[in-house]
Amino acid sequence: MTLHVLAPGLLTTVQDLGRPGLGALGVGPGGAADRGALRRANALVGNDDGAAALEITLRGPTLCAGAPLRAALTGAPFEATLDGAVVPRDAAFAVPAGTTLAIGGGPAGCRAYLAIAGGVDVPMVLGARATHLRGGFGGHAGRMLRAGDVLAIGPAPPPARVPASLPPAGPTGPVRCVTGEAWDMLPAAARATFTGTQWRVSPRSDRMGVRLEGPSLLDAPLAERRSEGVLAGTVQLPPDGRPIVLLADHPTTGGYPVLAHVIGADLGALAQWRPGDAVGFTLVPLDEAVRLTVDAERALAAHLHRIRHGDA
Amino acid sequence: MRVSFGDLPDPATRRRLAAAAARLAADPCPGQRDVVPGATTLTIHLDPAVAARAGDATPYAAVHAHLRDALTGLDDASAPAARAIRLPVCLDDAFAPDLADVAAATGLAPDEVRDRLLASPLEVEHLGFLPGFPYLIGLDAALTLPRRATPRPLVPAGSLAIAAGRAGVYPVASPGGWHLLGRTPLRLFDPARAEPALLAPGDRVRLEAIDAAEFARRAGRGA
Repeated sequence: MTLHVLAPGLLTTVQDLGRPGLGALGVGPGGAADRGALRRANALVGNDDGAAALEITLRGPTLCAGAPLRAALTGAPFEATLDGAVVPRDAAFAVPAGTTLAIGGGPAGCRAYLAIAGGVDVPMVLGARATHLRGGFGGHAGRMLRAGDVLAIGPAPPPARVPASLPPAGPTGPVRCVTGEAWDMLPAAARATFTGTQWRVSPRSDRMGVRLEGPSLLDAPLAERRSEGVLAGTVQLPPDGRPIVLLADHPTTGGYPVLAHVIGADLGALAQWRPGDAVGFTLVPLDEAVRLTVDAERALAAHLHRIRHGDA
Repeated sequence: MRVSFGDLPDPATRRRLAAAAARLAADPCPGQRDVVPGATTLTIHLDPAVAARAGDATPYAAVHAHLRDALTGLDDASAPAARAIRLPVCLDDAFAPDLADVAAATGLAPDEVRDRLLASPLEVEHLGFLPGFPYLIGLDAALTLPRRATPRPLVPAGSLAIAAGRAGVYPVASPGGWHLLGRTPLRLFDPARAEPALLAPGDRVRLEAIDAAEFARRAGRGA
Protein backbone atom coordinates (compact mmCIF):
# COMPACT_ATOMS: atom_id res chain seq x y z
CA MET A 1 0.00 0.00 0.00
CA THR A 2 1.27 3.44 -0.87
CA LEU A 3 0.54 7.09 -0.35
CA HIS A 4 1.71 9.49 -3.07
CA VAL A 5 2.83 13.04 -2.29
CA LEU A 6 1.40 15.41 -4.91
CA ALA A 7 2.36 18.56 -2.97
CA PRO A 8 4.41 18.50 0.24
CA GLY A 9 2.95 21.40 2.24
CA LEU A 10 5.18 23.79 4.15
CA LEU A 11 7.12 21.28 6.27
CA THR A 12 5.78 17.74 6.43
CA THR A 13 7.88 15.02 8.05
CA VAL A 14 7.52 11.40 9.11
CA GLN A 15 7.55 11.30 12.93
CA ASP A 16 7.01 8.73 15.66
CA LEU A 17 7.75 8.95 19.38
CA GLY A 18 11.45 9.48 18.68
CA ARG A 19 14.69 7.85 19.81
CA PRO A 20 15.24 8.44 23.53
CA GLY A 21 18.42 7.18 25.17
CA LEU A 22 21.03 8.43 22.68
CA GLY A 23 21.83 11.73 24.36
CA ALA A 24 25.41 10.66 25.05
CA LEU A 25 25.96 10.53 21.26
CA GLY A 26 24.57 14.02 20.83
CA VAL A 27 21.34 12.62 19.37
CA GLY A 28 18.25 14.14 20.95
CA PRO A 29 14.96 12.26 21.32
CA GLY A 30 13.20 14.05 18.45
CA GLY A 31 9.92 12.58 17.27
CA ALA A 32 6.53 14.30 17.16
CA ALA A 33 6.55 17.77 18.73
CA ASP A 34 2.97 17.26 20.00
CA ARG A 35 3.22 13.67 21.21
CA GLY A 36 -0.33 13.53 22.57
CA ALA A 37 -1.79 14.49 19.17
CA LEU A 38 0.33 11.81 17.43
CA ARG A 39 -0.75 9.14 19.91
CA ARG A 40 -4.44 10.08 19.48
CA ALA A 41 -4.23 9.98 15.68
CA ASN A 42 -2.66 6.52 15.91
CA ALA A 43 -5.27 5.26 18.39
CA LEU A 44 -8.13 6.47 16.14
CA VAL A 45 -6.91 4.33 13.21
CA GLY A 46 -6.08 1.35 15.44
CA ASN A 47 -2.27 1.75 15.37
CA ASP A 48 0.08 1.42 18.31
CA ASP A 49 0.84 4.76 20.03
CA GLY A 50 4.27 5.02 18.43
CA ALA A 51 3.48 4.19 14.78
CA ALA A 52 5.06 6.59 12.29
CA ALA A 53 2.69 9.28 10.98
CA LEU A 54 2.97 12.63 9.20
CA GLU A 55 3.64 15.80 11.18
CA ILE A 56 2.16 18.70 9.23
CA THR A 57 3.32 22.27 9.86
CA LEU A 58 1.03 25.29 9.27
CA ARG A 59 -0.03 24.22 5.77
CA GLY A 60 -0.56 20.61 4.81
CA PRO A 61 0.28 18.33 1.91
CA THR A 62 -1.85 17.01 -0.93
CA LEU A 63 -1.76 13.22 -1.02
CA CYS A 64 -3.18 10.51 -3.26
CA ALA A 65 -3.95 7.03 -1.96
CA GLY A 66 -2.46 4.19 -4.02
CA ALA A 67 -4.72 1.69 -2.20
CA PRO A 68 -7.72 1.94 0.13
CA LEU A 69 -6.48 3.44 3.42
CA ARG A 70 -7.89 4.51 6.78
CA ALA A 71 -6.65 7.81 8.20
CA ALA A 72 -7.17 10.22 11.08
CA LEU A 73 -6.19 13.87 11.50
CA THR A 74 -5.52 15.40 14.93
CA GLY A 75 -3.71 18.37 16.44
CA ALA A 76 -4.02 21.85 14.95
CA PRO A 77 -7.47 22.47 13.35
CA PHE A 78 -6.35 22.49 9.71
CA GLU A 79 -8.94 22.14 6.93
CA ALA A 80 -8.88 18.90 4.98
CA THR A 81 -10.87 17.62 2.00
CA LEU A 82 -11.12 14.25 0.25
CA ASP A 83 -11.83 14.80 -3.47
CA GLY A 84 -13.31 18.13 -2.39
CA ALA A 85 -15.53 16.88 0.45
CA VAL A 86 -14.64 18.03 3.96
CA VAL A 87 -13.24 15.24 6.15
CA PRO A 88 -13.75 15.15 9.91
CA ARG A 89 -11.00 15.92 12.35
CA ASP A 90 -10.39 13.76 15.42
CA ALA A 91 -11.99 10.77 13.69
CA ALA A 92 -10.97 7.90 11.47
CA PHE A 93 -12.11 8.15 7.83
CA ALA A 94 -11.74 5.99 4.75
CA VAL A 95 -9.47 7.12 1.91
CA PRO A 96 -10.49 5.09 -1.16
CA ALA A 97 -7.80 4.20 -3.68
CA GLY A 98 -7.18 7.00 -6.16
CA THR A 99 -8.77 9.74 -4.06
CA THR A 100 -6.93 12.93 -3.22
CA LEU A 101 -6.60 14.12 0.37
CA ALA A 102 -5.80 17.84 0.50
CA ILE A 103 -4.80 19.28 3.88
CA GLY A 104 -4.74 23.05 4.14
CA GLY A 105 -4.10 25.42 6.99
CA GLY A 106 -6.24 26.77 9.76
CA PRO A 107 -6.84 29.71 12.06
CA ALA A 108 -4.83 28.44 15.03
CA GLY A 109 -2.26 25.89 16.04
CA CYS A 110 0.98 24.95 14.34
CA ARG A 111 1.11 21.17 13.88
CA ALA A 112 -1.42 18.55 12.77
CA TYR A 113 -0.87 14.79 12.66
CA LEU A 114 -2.10 12.46 9.93
CA ALA A 115 -2.01 8.82 10.95
CA ILE A 116 -2.62 6.05 8.42
CA ALA A 117 -3.76 2.61 9.58
CA GLY A 118 -0.64 0.45 9.40
CA GLY A 119 1.74 3.37 9.86
CA VAL A 120 4.21 4.96 7.45
CA ASP A 121 6.66 2.18 6.68
CA VAL A 122 10.08 3.82 6.52
CA PRO A 123 13.24 2.08 7.78
CA MET A 124 14.11 2.16 11.46
CA VAL A 125 17.26 4.25 11.96
CA LEU A 126 18.85 4.23 15.42
CA GLY A 127 15.72 2.67 16.86
CA ALA A 128 13.06 4.97 15.41
CA ARG A 129 11.36 6.09 12.21
CA ALA A 130 11.33 9.79 13.19
CA THR A 131 12.91 12.26 10.77
CA HIS A 132 16.02 13.93 12.24
CA LEU A 133 16.08 16.99 9.98
CA ARG A 134 19.40 18.43 11.12
CA GLY A 135 21.17 15.07 11.06
CA GLY A 136 19.58 14.14 7.73
CA PHE A 137 18.55 10.66 8.81
CA GLY A 138 15.38 8.76 9.70
CA GLY A 139 11.94 9.35 8.23
CA HIS A 140 11.67 9.51 4.43
CA ALA A 141 15.26 9.87 3.15
CA GLY A 142 16.17 11.94 6.23
CA ARG A 143 14.30 15.01 5.00
CA MET A 144 10.94 16.76 4.75
CA LEU A 145 8.55 15.39 2.11
CA ARG A 146 8.72 16.59 -1.50
CA ALA A 147 6.30 16.34 -4.41
CA GLY A 148 6.72 12.95 -6.08
CA ASP A 149 7.63 11.04 -2.91
CA VAL A 150 5.89 7.70 -2.50
CA LEU A 151 5.36 6.47 1.07
CA ALA A 152 4.90 2.79 1.85
CA ILE A 153 2.11 2.03 4.33
CA GLY A 154 2.20 -1.03 6.60
CA PRO A 155 -0.57 -3.65 6.91
CA ALA A 156 -3.65 -2.12 8.56
CA PRO A 157 -4.53 -3.31 12.09
CA PRO A 158 -8.18 -3.83 13.16
CA PRO A 159 -10.04 -0.53 13.58
CA ALA A 160 -10.52 1.17 16.92
CA ARG A 161 -13.74 0.53 18.84
CA VAL A 162 -14.51 4.26 19.11
CA PRO A 163 -12.92 5.80 15.99
CA ALA A 164 -14.13 9.37 16.67
CA SER A 165 -13.26 11.29 19.81
CA LEU A 166 -12.61 14.89 20.73
CA PRO A 167 -9.27 15.56 22.39
CA PRO A 168 -9.13 15.81 26.20
CA ALA A 169 -9.13 19.41 27.38
CA GLY A 170 -5.64 20.85 27.27
CA PRO A 171 -4.19 23.78 29.20
CA THR A 172 -5.47 27.20 28.24
CA GLY A 173 -3.60 30.43 28.83
CA PRO A 174 0.06 30.60 29.73
CA VAL A 175 2.16 27.43 29.74
CA ARG A 176 3.28 26.33 33.17
CA CYS A 177 6.95 26.02 34.02
CA VAL A 178 9.36 25.41 36.90
CA THR A 179 12.39 27.60 37.50
CA GLY A 180 15.79 26.67 36.06
CA GLU A 181 19.35 27.10 37.26
CA ALA A 182 19.75 30.68 36.00
CA TRP A 183 16.49 31.94 37.49
CA ASP A 184 18.15 33.27 40.63
CA MET A 185 20.82 35.08 38.59
CA LEU A 186 18.14 37.30 37.08
CA PRO A 187 17.12 40.56 38.82
CA ALA A 188 13.60 40.54 40.30
CA ALA A 189 12.36 42.99 37.67
CA ALA A 190 13.51 40.71 34.83
CA ARG A 191 11.85 37.71 36.47
CA ALA A 192 8.59 39.65 36.69
CA THR A 193 8.97 40.63 33.03
CA PHE A 194 9.38 36.97 32.03
CA THR A 195 6.07 35.94 33.58
CA GLY A 196 4.27 39.24 33.02
CA THR A 197 4.96 39.61 29.28
CA GLN A 198 2.78 38.49 26.39
CA TRP A 199 5.60 37.20 24.20
CA ARG A 200 5.25 37.02 20.43
CA VAL A 201 6.27 33.78 18.69
CA SER A 202 8.98 34.56 16.12
CA PRO A 203 8.82 33.28 12.53
CA ARG A 204 12.40 32.06 13.13
CA SER A 205 11.02 29.22 15.25
CA ASP A 206 11.40 25.60 14.14
CA ARG A 207 11.39 22.05 15.51
CA MET A 208 14.55 22.82 17.50
CA GLY A 209 13.03 25.68 19.40
CA VAL A 210 10.53 28.51 19.63
CA ARG A 211 12.12 31.95 19.58
CA LEU A 212 10.21 34.71 21.33
CA GLU A 213 10.01 38.41 20.56
CA GLY A 214 9.48 40.97 23.30
CA PRO A 215 11.48 42.95 25.83
CA SER A 216 15.05 41.87 26.57
CA LEU A 217 15.43 40.33 30.03
CA LEU A 218 19.10 41.31 30.15
CA ASP A 219 20.84 44.67 30.50
CA ALA A 220 24.12 42.90 29.81
CA PRO A 221 24.75 39.34 28.65
CA LEU A 222 25.10 36.76 31.41
CA ALA A 223 28.43 34.97 31.44
CA GLU A 224 28.67 32.12 28.94
CA ARG A 225 28.05 28.80 30.61
CA ARG A 226 29.50 25.41 29.99
CA SER A 227 27.55 23.13 27.72
CA GLU A 228 25.26 20.94 29.84
CA GLY A 229 22.18 18.81 29.17
CA VAL A 230 18.90 20.42 28.09
CA LEU A 231 15.39 19.06 27.41
CA ALA A 232 12.28 19.74 25.37
CA GLY A 233 10.63 22.59 27.27
CA THR A 234 13.90 24.10 28.52
CA VAL A 235 13.72 27.92 28.38
CA GLN A 236 17.14 29.31 27.44
CA LEU A 237 18.23 32.93 27.67
CA PRO A 238 20.66 33.84 24.84
CA PRO A 239 22.72 37.05 25.00
CA ASP A 240 19.96 39.15 23.40
CA GLY A 241 17.78 38.47 26.46
CA ARG A 242 14.81 37.03 24.55
CA PRO A 243 13.89 33.49 25.58
CA ILE A 244 14.14 30.40 23.35
CA VAL A 245 11.95 27.43 24.33
CA LEU A 246 13.36 24.12 23.10
CA LEU A 247 11.18 21.63 21.18
CA ALA A 248 11.51 18.00 20.07
CA ASP A 249 14.64 18.44 17.89
CA HIS A 250 16.51 20.33 20.62
CA PRO A 251 20.29 19.99 20.88
CA THR A 252 21.26 17.52 23.62
CA THR A 253 23.41 20.06 25.44
CA GLY A 254 23.49 23.84 25.42
CA GLY A 255 25.51 26.66 26.96
CA TYR A 256 22.89 29.39 27.27
CA PRO A 257 21.67 30.10 30.80
CA VAL A 258 18.53 28.08 31.62
CA LEU A 259 15.74 30.25 32.99
CA ALA A 260 12.96 27.67 33.34
CA HIS A 261 11.51 24.40 32.05
CA VAL A 262 7.98 24.06 30.65
CA ILE A 263 6.29 21.19 32.49
CA GLY A 264 5.67 17.88 30.72
CA ALA A 265 1.89 18.34 30.74
CA ASP A 266 2.20 21.51 28.62
CA LEU A 267 4.74 20.40 25.97
CA GLY A 268 1.91 19.62 23.53
CA ALA A 269 0.47 23.11 23.93
CA LEU A 270 3.96 24.53 23.39
CA ALA A 271 4.27 22.59 20.10
CA GLN A 272 1.10 24.31 18.88
CA TRP A 273 2.46 27.86 19.26
CA ARG A 274 2.61 29.39 15.81
CA PRO A 275 4.50 32.45 14.57
CA GLY A 276 2.65 35.60 15.60
CA ASP A 277 0.85 34.03 18.57
CA ALA A 278 0.87 35.95 21.86
CA VAL A 279 2.03 33.51 24.54
CA GLY A 280 3.01 33.57 28.18
CA PHE A 281 4.49 31.67 31.10
CA THR A 282 3.40 31.05 34.65
CA LEU A 283 5.43 29.39 37.40
CA VAL A 284 4.36 26.33 39.38
CA PRO A 285 6.24 24.57 42.20
CA LEU A 286 8.08 21.36 41.27
CA ASP A 287 5.73 19.05 43.18
CA GLU A 288 2.72 20.54 41.41
CA ALA A 289 4.51 20.21 38.04
CA VAL A 290 5.09 16.51 38.71
CA ARG A 291 1.48 15.99 39.79
CA LEU A 292 0.06 17.85 36.76
CA THR A 293 2.31 15.92 34.37
CA VAL A 294 1.50 12.52 35.86
CA ASP A 295 -2.22 13.36 35.91
CA ALA A 296 -2.17 14.53 32.27
CA GLU A 297 -0.46 11.32 31.16
CA ARG A 298 -3.01 9.21 33.08
CA ALA A 299 -5.91 11.13 31.50
CA LEU A 300 -4.45 10.70 28.01
CA ALA A 301 -3.79 7.00 28.55
CA ALA A 302 -7.39 6.51 29.74
CA HIS A 303 -8.66 8.45 26.70
CA LEU A 304 -6.61 6.31 24.29
CA HIS A 305 -7.83 3.17 26.05
CA ARG A 306 -11.48 4.23 25.54
CA ILE A 307 -10.79 4.86 21.81
CA ARG A 308 -9.19 1.44 21.38
CA HIS A 309 -11.44 -0.69 23.55
CA GLY A 310 -14.66 1.27 24.14
CA ASP A 311 -16.02 2.23 27.54
CA ALA A 312 -16.67 -1.32 28.66
CA MET B 1 17.54 15.82 37.29
CA ARG B 2 21.13 17.01 37.15
CA VAL B 3 24.13 15.58 39.00
CA SER B 4 27.11 17.91 39.28
CA PHE B 5 30.66 16.57 39.45
CA GLY B 6 32.33 19.71 40.72
CA ASP B 7 33.15 22.89 38.92
CA LEU B 8 36.26 21.99 36.94
CA PRO B 9 35.78 20.77 33.36
CA ASP B 10 39.05 18.82 33.31
CA PRO B 11 40.03 15.24 32.33
CA ALA B 12 39.52 13.97 35.90
CA THR B 13 35.94 15.29 35.95
CA ARG B 14 35.40 13.84 32.49
CA ARG B 15 36.54 10.38 33.69
CA ARG B 16 34.24 10.51 36.73
CA LEU B 17 31.32 11.51 34.48
CA ALA B 18 32.03 8.64 32.09
CA ALA B 19 32.31 6.14 34.93
CA ALA B 20 29.03 7.38 36.45
CA ALA B 21 27.25 7.27 33.08
CA ALA B 22 28.44 3.69 32.54
CA ARG B 23 27.24 2.75 36.03
CA LEU B 24 23.77 4.26 35.40
CA ALA B 25 23.51 2.49 32.04
CA ALA B 26 24.01 -0.82 33.88
CA ASP B 27 21.94 0.13 36.93
CA PRO B 28 19.36 2.72 35.80
CA CYS B 29 17.39 5.03 38.07
CA PRO B 30 13.64 4.33 38.34
CA GLY B 31 12.01 5.97 35.29
CA GLN B 32 15.36 6.74 33.64
CA ARG B 33 14.96 7.60 29.93
CA ASP B 34 18.40 8.96 29.14
CA VAL B 35 21.66 10.07 30.75
CA VAL B 36 23.37 12.99 29.02
CA PRO B 37 26.94 13.95 30.00
CA GLY B 38 27.82 17.65 29.78
CA ALA B 39 31.01 19.50 30.73
CA THR B 40 30.68 18.95 34.48
CA THR B 41 27.27 17.32 34.92
CA LEU B 42 25.14 14.34 34.08
CA THR B 43 21.57 15.24 33.15
CA ILE B 44 19.16 12.38 33.82
CA HIS B 45 15.89 12.38 31.86
CA LEU B 46 13.14 10.83 33.97
CA ASP B 47 9.56 9.69 33.49
CA PRO B 48 7.95 11.30 36.55
CA ALA B 49 5.10 8.75 36.63
CA VAL B 50 7.64 5.96 37.18
CA ALA B 51 10.39 7.75 39.06
CA ALA B 52 8.52 8.89 42.19
CA ARG B 53 7.92 6.47 45.06
CA ALA B 54 4.40 6.06 46.38
CA GLY B 55 3.68 8.92 48.74
CA ASP B 56 6.47 11.19 47.43
CA ALA B 57 5.47 14.45 45.77
CA THR B 58 8.48 14.43 43.43
CA PRO B 59 10.91 11.78 42.15
CA TYR B 60 13.79 13.55 43.88
CA ALA B 61 14.03 11.36 46.98
CA ALA B 62 13.80 8.08 45.08
CA VAL B 63 16.31 9.12 42.44
CA HIS B 64 18.65 10.61 45.01
CA ALA B 65 18.61 7.35 46.98
CA HIS B 66 19.31 5.35 43.84
CA LEU B 67 22.17 7.62 42.79
CA ARG B 68 23.74 7.46 46.25
CA ASP B 69 23.74 3.66 46.11
CA ALA B 70 24.72 3.34 42.44
CA LEU B 71 27.53 5.91 42.53
CA THR B 72 29.09 5.13 45.91
CA GLY B 73 32.64 3.88 45.53
CA LEU B 74 32.72 4.99 41.93
CA ASP B 75 36.09 4.14 40.42
CA ASP B 76 37.43 6.39 37.65
CA ALA B 77 39.18 3.35 36.24
CA SER B 78 35.78 1.92 35.28
CA ALA B 79 35.44 4.68 32.66
CA PRO B 80 35.68 3.29 29.11
CA ALA B 81 39.27 3.14 27.79
CA ALA B 82 40.45 6.20 25.82
CA ARG B 83 41.71 5.89 22.25
CA ALA B 84 44.28 7.95 20.36
CA ILE B 85 42.75 9.39 17.17
CA ARG B 86 44.39 11.38 14.38
CA LEU B 87 41.89 13.74 12.78
CA PRO B 88 42.89 15.01 9.31
CA VAL B 89 42.01 18.68 8.80
CA CYS B 90 42.65 21.08 5.97
CA LEU B 91 43.47 24.52 7.38
CA ASP B 92 43.68 26.31 4.02
CA ASP B 93 42.15 29.78 3.88
CA ALA B 94 39.18 28.49 1.87
CA PHE B 95 38.16 26.40 4.89
CA ALA B 96 39.20 28.96 7.53
CA PRO B 97 36.96 32.02 7.04
CA ASP B 98 37.58 33.17 10.62
CA LEU B 99 41.38 32.81 10.67
CA ALA B 100 41.97 36.55 10.22
CA ASP B 101 39.45 37.43 12.96
CA VAL B 102 40.98 34.89 15.35
CA ALA B 103 44.47 36.19 14.61
CA ALA B 104 43.34 39.76 15.26
CA ALA B 105 41.47 38.88 18.45
CA THR B 106 44.33 36.84 19.92
CA GLY B 107 47.18 39.04 18.68
CA LEU B 108 48.81 36.03 17.02
CA ALA B 109 50.00 35.72 13.41
CA PRO B 110 47.71 33.49 11.30
CA ASP B 111 50.45 30.85 10.99
CA GLU B 112 50.86 30.81 14.74
CA VAL B 113 47.12 30.30 15.21
CA ARG B 114 47.42 27.25 12.96
CA ASP B 115 50.55 25.98 14.73
CA ARG B 116 49.01 26.30 18.19
CA LEU B 117 45.85 24.56 17.02
CA LEU B 118 47.82 21.66 15.55
CA ALA B 119 49.99 21.40 18.67
CA SER B 120 47.03 21.28 21.08
CA PRO B 121 46.64 17.91 22.85
CA LEU B 122 42.89 17.68 22.44
CA GLU B 123 40.60 15.33 24.35
CA VAL B 124 36.88 14.68 23.84
CA GLU B 125 35.04 16.06 26.85
CA HIS B 126 31.55 15.08 25.73
CA LEU B 127 29.38 14.79 22.62
CA GLY B 128 26.49 17.20 22.39
CA PHE B 129 24.67 19.94 20.51
CA LEU B 130 24.45 17.90 17.26
CA PRO B 131 24.74 14.13 16.60
CA GLY B 132 28.41 13.29 17.11
CA PHE B 133 29.60 16.89 17.76
CA PRO B 134 32.72 16.59 19.98
CA TYR B 135 33.49 19.21 22.60
CA LEU B 136 37.32 19.07 22.68
CA ILE B 137 39.28 20.30 25.69
CA GLY B 138 43.05 20.85 25.71
CA LEU B 139 43.02 23.77 23.28
CA ASP B 140 46.03 26.10 23.55
CA ALA B 141 45.01 28.75 26.09
CA ALA B 142 46.01 31.58 23.73
CA LEU B 143 43.13 30.49 21.49
CA THR B 144 40.42 31.05 24.12
CA LEU B 145 37.76 33.28 22.55
CA PRO B 146 34.03 33.83 23.13
CA ARG B 147 31.58 32.73 20.43
CA ARG B 148 31.10 35.01 17.43
CA ALA B 149 28.76 37.92 18.13
CA THR B 150 26.43 36.78 15.34
CA PRO B 151 26.09 33.07 14.58
CA ARG B 152 26.28 31.92 10.95
CA PRO B 153 23.02 30.60 9.54
CA LEU B 154 24.85 27.64 7.99
CA VAL B 155 28.23 26.16 8.90
CA PRO B 156 29.40 23.43 6.45
CA ALA B 157 29.64 19.81 7.60
CA GLY B 158 33.15 18.88 8.78
CA SER B 159 34.04 22.40 9.91
CA LEU B 160 36.69 22.58 12.65
CA ALA B 161 35.89 25.46 14.97
CA ILE B 162 36.89 27.02 18.28
CA ALA B 163 34.98 28.92 20.97
CA ALA B 164 34.77 29.16 24.75
CA GLY B 165 38.17 27.52 25.22
CA ARG B 166 37.19 24.45 23.26
CA ALA B 167 37.52 23.07 19.77
CA GLY B 168 34.68 21.29 18.01
CA VAL B 169 33.80 19.75 14.66
CA TYR B 170 30.37 20.20 13.04
CA PRO B 171 29.28 16.69 11.92
CA VAL B 172 26.50 18.07 9.72
CA ALA B 173 25.70 21.45 8.19
CA SER B 174 24.14 23.56 10.92
CA PRO B 175 23.74 27.08 12.21
CA GLY B 176 26.72 27.83 14.43
CA GLY B 177 28.48 30.55 16.37
CA TRP B 178 32.01 29.17 16.66
CA HIS B 179 35.08 30.46 14.77
CA LEU B 180 35.82 28.32 11.71
CA LEU B 181 39.49 27.40 11.22
CA GLY B 182 39.49 24.29 9.01
CA ARG B 183 37.61 21.29 7.76
CA THR B 184 37.91 17.50 8.04
CA PRO B 185 36.93 15.10 5.23
CA LEU B 186 35.86 12.47 7.79
CA ARG B 187 32.21 11.82 8.62
CA LEU B 188 31.90 12.37 12.36
CA PHE B 189 28.45 10.84 12.51
CA ASP B 190 26.91 8.13 10.33
CA PRO B 191 23.75 6.44 11.64
CA ALA B 192 24.48 3.40 9.42
CA ARG B 193 27.76 2.61 11.24
CA ALA B 194 27.79 0.17 14.15
CA GLU B 195 29.34 3.04 16.15
CA PRO B 196 27.56 6.05 14.64
CA ALA B 197 29.83 8.62 16.33
CA LEU B 198 33.47 8.66 15.18
CA LEU B 199 34.65 10.02 18.53
CA ALA B 200 33.79 9.12 22.12
CA PRO B 201 34.35 10.95 25.41
CA GLY B 202 37.94 10.48 26.56
CA ASP B 203 39.42 10.00 23.07
CA ARG B 204 42.72 11.86 22.67
CA VAL B 205 42.64 13.71 19.37
CA ARG B 206 45.58 15.07 17.40
CA LEU B 207 44.86 17.26 14.40
CA GLU B 208 46.84 16.29 11.32
CA ALA B 209 47.16 18.98 8.63
CA ILE B 210 46.33 17.88 5.10
CA ASP B 211 46.38 19.96 1.91
CA ALA B 212 43.39 20.76 -0.27
CA ALA B 213 44.19 17.97 -2.75
CA GLU B 214 44.31 15.38 0.02
CA PHE B 215 41.08 16.81 1.46
CA ALA B 216 39.34 16.51 -1.91
CA ARG B 217 40.62 12.96 -2.37
CA ARG B 218 39.45 11.80 1.04
CA ALA B 219 36.14 13.70 0.94
CA GLY B 220 35.49 12.29 -2.54
CA ARG B 221 35.73 8.72 -1.42
CA GLY B 222 33.59 9.44 1.60
CA ALA B 223 36.39 8.75 4.04
